[in-house]
Formats: sequence, structure tokens, C-alpha cells
Amino acid sequence: MSLYYVQKLLYQLNRDPQVRARFEADPETVLADYELTDEELEAIRKPDIGLLFVLGVNGQLLMHYAAMHRYPWADYIQAMRDGVSEYGKVREGLYAMLEE
Amino acid sequence: MPLVFAGACSHAPGITGRAHLADPAIRDEFYSHYHRLRGALEAAKPDALVVVGAEHFANFFFDNMPAYCVGMADFYEGPIEDEEWLGIERQRIPGAPDLSKRLITRVMDDCDVAYAQEWKFDHGISVPLHFLTPRYDLPVVPVNINCQEPPLTPLHRTWAFGRALRKACDAMPERIALVGTGGISHWPCTPDSGTVNEAWDRDFLDKFVNNRKDDLLAYTDEQVYREAGHGGFEIRTFIAIAAATEGATGDLWFYAPIPIFAVGCTVATMAVR
Repeated sequence: MSLYYVQKLLYQLNRDPQVRARFEADPETVLADYELTDEELEAIRKPDIGLLFVLGVNGQLLMHYAAMHRYPWADYIQAMRDGVSEYGKVREGLYAMLEE
Repeated sequence: MPLVFAGACSHAPGITGRAHLADPAIRDEFYSHYHRLRGALEAAKPDALVVVGAEHFANFFFDNMPAYCVGMADFYEGPIEDEEWLGIERQRIPGAPDLSKRLITRVMDDCDVAYAQEWKFDHGISVPLHFLTPRYDLPVVPVNINCQEPPLTPLHRTWAFGRALRKACDAMPERIALVGTGGISHWPCTPDSGTVNEAWDRDFLDKFVNNRKDDLLAYTDEQVYREAGHGGFEIRTFIAIAAATEGATGDLWFYAPIPIFAVGCTVATMAVR
């Protein structure tokens, strides 16, 4: 698990127009800069918003990644619900705060 | 010059970004109280506006997360979000770097804070400014309290910070207005988005406008998380305003849960004396 780097990538995509332009042109060149597991890479590439939520990505970062992929608000919310149904409860981070 | 104005309001991105999805009657009533707050702010004739907010990873990230940060930039830019998504056009907002420096120096007598000479506003500050200073002609000093992920500053430290900020504002020759902006109970950006614990909110707001320090400082993060969601950590912004107006009380102008805005929408003022 490298939740920190997943979140760092999403933070930088949201904040830095150059990182975002590079990512939109060729995501692999950007992904190579981050320490990510295969599961995380797959969730980012697809994108699997539900899995990213279950992996523990903070919604304040995740909602912008979903918006970048043109998810309407209701679809973003549904994707997280589907993720929990498919992969189980959130594994770490803020939404697992009382489990840790 | 003693502080000339203190208020508090919500900042959720849906307030502008999902405006078209809300019931127009309640939305417009809510907006009318933002406009009323703007009127009161303008009537106080401030030279600068200090906004105590809780940003959401626009500037501050897990690599170096300050508990408190005060802006010291010539100008700010925002919103950082997609303009269409948020429903607010990107702006350059004037800062007050000299005032910022003097405020920060004074606050540091009592409280350690970080400072930032570059800062991009997200909805946490851009939504309030959209309503309160729509011409973007009032210099702003942004203040951030980390309310996103624990470890978070304890509430008694937020109180100490709010007091220090007030002391600093009062010591400046400028006329300074202070606005806090946060959510109360809410579960933003998660499957529970839209849920609001109205009873919890009303109880909190009663403690806030009556400035009951002991009650405000009695919350624990675990209790807030269980009852008011992770969004409830933003009560720190209200608590800073209560501390800055210690001994005074306020008026709750508007409160209503508006689910599509994902928060109990709030507009309030606090007396300054």
C-alpha cells in the first residue's frame, strides 16, 4: 500500500497544470514518478473510482480526479458506493480512522 | 484599531457548483443571507478581510501539513478547481502582505503558525469571497487550519489561536474584518455526501452564537467523526471566531440543511466589542 503516493499524484494533478497536461498526453510518463503498487496503478489507469475510495483516497482529492474524467456528481457518489460493495470497506486513511 | 467585523458562513463547493440542482426557494433564501452578510461587512468599512478557512489539499498536503498557516502573499489565485465545476471564474485576489507580516509577527507572540507567500484558493475561500467580495477589491489575508486529516490541532489550541489572532488584529492601525468559513456536520465527497445531522448542527450553533467556550471545547475528534462526520472537523473555523470574539455573542441569520450542497448551510455574525 502506498496511499501517500496515490494521493500525492491526485494532489499534483489537481494543483499543477503541467503535471496534468503531461498526464493527459501520456499517463505512463507521470505514473513512473510515483511509488505505486499494481493495484493502485490499475485503479488510477482505469479509472476505478470505487477502488481508489476503498484504498483510502481522501474524497477531497478523489472528487477532482473523477471530475477530470468527466464524472457527473451523482455518478461519482455511485462509483464509491459500488466500490464498497465490490471491494469491501475502506482499508486505511481518514475513513478508516476509527478502525486503526 | 479594534476588529470591525466578525462573521461565519459555509463554503461547500455545491453552493455555487451545484446551484442549479437545488430547490430554488431555499437556495435563494440562503443566498440572500450571504448578500446580507456582504452588506454588513461593507458597512463596517474594512481595509482588509481575514478569512479563517479549512482548505482541501489545494496548497497543503501530507508532505508538510501545517496546523495553522497565514497567507503573506501579494496576491492569491482562485479557485483552483475547474471553473465550470465550481461555477466561479478564476480570479487574482489582492493580498495585504505588509499587514500579513505584522499580523503573523504578533500572532507568533502567542501561537506558532506557518506562513505562505504563494497560495491558491480552493472552494473553501473562493465560495465565501464570491458572495462577500464579488468585485475582489478588498485585500484578503487567508488563514488555514488543517481540518482535513488527523492529527489535527486540538480545540483548545484553536481557541488560543483565535485569541491570538484577535489580539493581533486589534493592535493594527487598519480596520480588519474577520470571517470564519467551515462546515458543521457533513460527510463531503463520500457515499454519505448530502447527509446532515441537523440536531447536532443546531446544538453546535447554539453553543457558537452564545460563545459557550467550555461547551465548544468539549468535543473530541472521535465524537465529531461519529456524529458529525469528517467534515465536522471544520468546527475549528467557527471555534477560532468564537475565541476571537470571546465574551461576545452572535446571531444565527440562516441555517438549513441543503442536501445537494452537502452541508447545513449557515450564515452568522458575532458581535465585536
